[in-house]
Formats: sequence, structure tokens, C-alpha cells
Amino acid sequence: MSKSLKLVLASAVLTTFVAPALAEPLGLGRPALTEEIEAWDIAVLPDGTGLPVGSGDVETGEEVFGSYCASCHGDFAEGLDSWPVLAGGNGSLTDPRPVKTIGSYWPYLSTVFDYVHRSMPFGGAQTLTADDTYAITAFLLYSNGIVEDDFVLTQENFTTIVMPNVDGFYEDDRPQTEYPLFTGEPCMENCLKTDPQVTKRAVDLKVTPTDEDGKPAGTLPVLVADSGGAAVTPAAKAAAAEAPADVVAEAPPEAAAQPEVVVPATADPVLIAAGETVFKKCMACHKVGEGAKNAVGPTLNGIVGDAAGVVAGFNYSKPLLAMAEDGLVWDDAALHAFLENPRSFMKGTKMAFAGLKSEQERAAVIAYLASFGG
Amino acid sequence: MTDEPHNHTSRRTFLRGTAAAGAGLMATAAHAQTADPLITEVQDYASGFGDPVDAAPYGTPISHEAHVVRRNVEWLTESPVSSINFTPIHALEGTITPQGCAFERHHSGAIDMTKQDYRLMINGLVDTPLVFTFEDLMRFPRHITTAFCECAANGGMEWGGAQLEGCQFTQGMIHNMEYTGVMLRDLLAEAGVQTAGKWVYVEGHDASSNGRSIPLEKALDDVMVAFFANGEALRKEHGYPVRLVVPGWEGNMWVKWIRRIGVYDQAVQSREETSKYTDLMPDGRARKWTWVMDAKSVITSPSPQAPIRHGAGPLVVTGLAWSGNGAITRVDVSTDGGNTWAPARISGDAKPKALTRFHYDMNWDGSEMFILSRAVDETGYVQPTKQALRDIRGTNNVYHNNSIQVWWVRADGEVENVEIA
Repeated sequence: MSKSLKLVLASAVLTTFVAPALAEPLGLGRPALTEEIEAWDIAVLPDGTGLPVGSGDVETGEEVFGSYCASCHGDFAEGLDSWPVLAGGNGSLTDPRPVKTIGSYWPYLSTVFDYVHRSMPFGGAQTLTADDTYAITAFLLYSNGIVEDDFVLTQENFTTIVMPNVDGFYEDDRPQTEYPLFTGEPCMENCLKTDPQVTKRAVDLKVTPTDEDGKPAGTLPVLVADSGGAAVTPAAKAAAAEAPADVVAEAPPEAAAQPEVVVPATADPVLIAAGETVFKKCMACHKVGEGAKNAVGPTLNGIVGDAAGVVAGFNYSKPLLAMAEDGLVWDDAALHAFLENPRSFMKGTKMAFAGLKSEQERAAVIAYLASFGG
Repeated sequence: MTDEPHNHTSRRTFLRGTAAAGAGLMATAAHAQTADPLITEVQDYASGFGDPVDAAPYGTPISHEAHVVRRNVEWLTESPVSSINFTPIHALEGTITPQGCAFERHHSGAIDMTKQDYRLMINGLVDTPLVFTFEDLMRFPRHITTAFCECAANGGMEWGGAQLEGCQFTQGMIHNMEYTGVMLRDLLAEAGVQTAGKWVYVEGHDASSNGRSIPLEKALDDVMVAFFANGEALRKEHGYPVRLVVPGWEGNMWVKWIRRIGVYDQAVQSREETSKYTDLMPDGRARKWTWVMDAKSVITSPSPQAPIRHGAGPLVVTGLAWSGNGAITRVDVSTDGGNTWAPARISGDAKPKALTRFHYDMNWDGSEMFILSRAVDETGYVQPTKQALRDIRGTNNVYHNNSIQVWWVRADGEVENVEIA
């Protein structure tokens, strides 16, 4: 045993100088099939390796982008809220607030295709066809001023596109430029020329999450009370009062502070709690609770049992409005059907979400939504 | 047993009646020199039963430690499924980070994967493209390694100035675990890397896939395909059932739920290694492939979330140090803003590319202090000040802020995150 281990180690050391590892194969695993490799190896490299057959033009790209991407990235790839800005920012890389976009920063077009094809749209990855991806990529080139509006991107002309910032990167040079400066015997005494003065205080910014008492969140509780005061922080007290602790940790503070929330008599608190966890998948686009506002998706207060398409101020997709016109009501069955497979239930929906395949998860999230009225 | 069973019931009844009064007295007991009822009176827990076995078949921390949890800063990201939270390092000791409070970084959420459904593919420039099941992986020679995993952006919010109030928030994108798994080099040997292969590209099962290119030399050195952490299976949020461990290198490369290892003759130039995790420099160009996490240290207590509450006198200063270039050989502490320094004690082992604990025992006179620590690693590299890094990198770097953290200890024991000059 130790012999073979030594062998493995010896070959590993050798490999750094000679050739890749040559340890004795153990005969584990099985050969990967061609169709399996095709399914998983979808990486696209700067030299065009891995590009699928296909093409897409700017105009189609604008349409596809509008359906799948604009809800977060904006109609012109300008980025809504804090979602990534994909266009513009040219010449901003030395600014105090650089805007790092596909046009201003990304060195290779292959990265755009690869990432969009494998990971977008957010919540519905790997649903875009090769042609859609070519079209979106063409549109992103256009919105960055790199191609004209009649441009068609194909696997043939792909590698002719040179990104503006292709020469903007160089390999890590810390070993040459930094390490010599920071290596050596450090100063131990009289190291400063002047008495240190405070130049920046984090407290001035007030951007740190806080506990109820205004202290930074997670501040350790007082262990010895010196004036008969509380010996524990409010958070610790609350946790101690209610067992088990993990239930307390998962309950949002608003839940306790909102007695007006109407929970149906049949509501199952365990299911609602489970639904709150599931809802984290939705939170990127949907807000609920007091003060919830429309975001990428409409606010969902009172959604359960309500007519479709009635949230004020939200710009619904055409298919949703059409189904609303036909009397769609978000009852249990409709929500289940929609959430299971949004795009099959509502062809052309703006909701870029793959869906919840688990009936349990759907039931939980519906119960959670129902706890906000409806 | 010689305990007298006399009038036990009446004694306990009496004690129950005075318990409330006792708790009230406790506050002043220490100073008033009156007998401490916690000592002189028999407490319920000293008389009755505690929890039976199996009260928690897989235990959770006691409720009194409910404040010791991962926390996030909501305004940092737009969506909690593509976000980060922070390890409560201000409340932890030693060097091993429990999985349950070790920071999480997901790019499209922590996925639910079973060992039965798990598959790992190796393809590209290899003699035989292979597919492994979880059980296959369990049959390769097993190794153990302890390593820190630090997000490249740890401390990134502090480039422009002191911003967040707490060690957890400024330095908590780090954890340190003892991993058990198989060496990537053994898996690669099984497939047979061809001479043209210079890079491996690793990607995950999740929707982001979070692919990263790793030079073959590193892949054949100390990279591990791990399935246990701290003796237990990886937790879901840490990549159950299988994650990559890339000792000393930025956390983004530690791909979770790893599904494919492609061998290439070039870097893939994925989104995570071009548009992100590249370091913008003052001239508008950017460093790429900045994989190593340089030597760094931080005092975890006292710190803003761990103020000094006991007043002047003996004070334990405790902190963490680590280096992606090897072992920590020394940590110095200054209490005067960096004018004078004294070596701290390295407590326990100083393993290479792993968190190292240091302690500095001092007698605090109750006056204000600027308290800071400075790590030195086995290459002789000395952790720089933030200004020294800014002079080279400017303030748009985002990543790899390994500079010295300054805490301002006030006379009342409260602690602030500050910059000094």
C-alpha cells in the first residue's frame, strides 16, 4: 500500500518536469460516450473550439433579448437596478467608478456565447438554442457599437470579431512587482513618522447590518451585567425563549412584527416555513410583504386566488394579459401549473424561470404566498 | 453514596421560590463580594435531568450561541441565489471552521444532489474520456488536507475606505476545513493526460457551472476532489457530495458539485476568469490569473462585534493568519497604530495554506488603542498596509485585498473599523 502511494507521489513530482501523470491506472470509471460528452462539454473557447452550428442576427437578438434578458439587463443591455450592465462604459476603466461591460472590459467574444448559452437566462439556464444564443450575442455586439444593425453572427465569422479590450489583460505579476517590495525584515520600533490619526470611520457610512440595539449584527452578548441590565442581547434572548433555535433563525423579523398578516385557519406553519425557503429562488425578481414593490416581477401580495395581471404599475407580457383577459385566476391549480413549467403554461411569458418540478416545493411556496393575504 | 436523602423536597421547593431573587442579585454579586447564589444555591441543572441522548440526533449549537451565524449584507447583491455571506470569525476560536457557519458563495443557488445521481466526467486531451460515479471516487486512494478557502473579494468592500463594522463583514469570506478526498492527479492519471494538455477546466453541476481554468501543474500538485469536510460529509452549501479543493488559491476556483474536468491546451477564458476575478489596475488594464491568496492576518477579537467588556487588565488578543504561498512563520501585533510591534504566539500548528491561530496576551491599561496584526509567511512576505497596496493597485482592484486591518479600541471597550494615516 505504502509502496503504491510512494509511486503515485513520485510520478506526481516527475510530472511537473516531464509529462502528465502516469500513475498506475486502477481501472475505475467507465469510458464516456460521445453523446454524453456532447451533452456536458459545451465550453466555447476564444479560438472557436466548441462553437455549435448556427447563426443569429441583431434584429432577432433584440427580440430574444427582450423576452429573456431585458427584465434584468434592460432593453438596451443597460442593466436594471444592480443587475449587470452589459453595454457601454467605453473608456471608463480608469474612472473612479469603472463600468465593466462586454464592450468595455470582456476580452473575448467566446466568453459571452459560452456564458449565455450555459447559464442564462438566470433561473432558466440551458434553455436557449444555439441560434438564440448567436442572436443574443450579435445583439450584444450591436448594443456595444461593435457591429452594425444588419450583422449576422455565425460559427464561421465568430472568430473574426475582436473585442475592444482584448489587450487589456496581463498575467499576474505580483511575484515580480509586489513580492520584492513586501519581503524582508519588518520594522519593529519607531516605524511611523507621525502619530496615527483616524482618516476614515466605517460607522460614518452606516451600511453595516445591525441588531435591534443598533450594534453591528452578531455582536457578542454581554456576559456579566454590571448595572442590573440585560445580561444577553435581544437576539439571544429571543432565541432562548423559543425552541428549537433553528426555527427562530429562519423566521424573518417582519413575520413577528406583523400581526395583521392574515394566515388562513388551515395554514400549516411548517409548510409556510418551507415555502419561505423555496421562495428564495423567486426573490431575485419578486417581492412580498409590507412595503413590497414591483421589481423585475410584480409584487406577489395577495396573489393566491387573485385575478391574473392586476398588480398596478407592472408591465405584463402580452401572453399574460391575453390569458388574464380570458379570465385566468391564480387559484391553486393555476399556480401549480404555471410554477411547474412557466413557459409551457404560458408561451412567451417574461418569467425567465425554469419552474419548480417538485409538487411539494410548489405547495410550500403557494402556502407561503397565501400567508401574505389572498 | 453517602448523601443524606433528608427533606429533599422541601429544600427544592424553597429554592424554587428564591430563584428569581437570586438571579437579580447576580448582577452585583461580583463587585459586592457577597456570596454568589449560582454557587451557594443548588441550581435546577445540578439537581434534575438534562436532555436525554437523542434529543438532537445530529446536534445543533446550543440556543445561547444563536448570534453565531453566517450573515450577509443584503445591499451587496441583487439576488440571494447569486450572493455571499460571511463566517462569524469574530466569535470562533482555533483554526477549523464548522461547516454550518462557514461562509457560502453561490452563483445560482446551492443545489440538491444525491450521491446516487452524482457523475464526474473527465474529457478533452486525454487517452480515455471517463465517467466516474460517487462510488468510483470512493475507491481511489484517499488523502487528508487542511486548507483555507478565501473568496478573492474578501475585504474587497474596504478598498475605498473603512466601510463595514465587524470582522465578520470585513474579513469573513473565509473558512478553513480538514478535507478528505482523492487527489485530482490520480483521477487524471486514470484518464491519461496527453502531452498537449496544459490546462484543466473544472465546472459544476449547478446552473452557473462556475467554470475555471487551472494550469496542469497545479492540478497535478495539491488539488483535491473532496467529499468529506471536518469529518462529515460536505454540507449542501459546500458542494455535497463532491467539491474541488485548490489549496492557497482563490475560493472561486474551488468548484462545488463538480461535474466535469476538461483537459485543454489553453485556458477556456470563462466568464469567471475574464469579466470577474480579474484585478483592474490604475492604468485601466487588468491583471488576470491572480490565483494565489497572499499572506494576511486579522485580529478577530477584540473587534467591532467583539468589544472589550471586562475593562482594564489582562486581555487576550486573538486572530487568524494565513498564506496561499505556504505556512505562516510569524505574526506581529501593534497596539499603537503600527509604530511598535511585538510578536504574537502562534497557537497550535501552522500548516501551509491553512488558517493559523495567533494569540497576544497583554495588560490593557484602559486607554484607546489602534490595534493591528501583520503576518509573515515562509517566503518572507510581510503583509502590507492598505496604502502600500493602493499605491500599486489603486482602489478599483476589487479582489485580493490582503492588507492590514486596523481596529480602533475605545476607552469604553467598543471597537471601530477605521483607517489611519
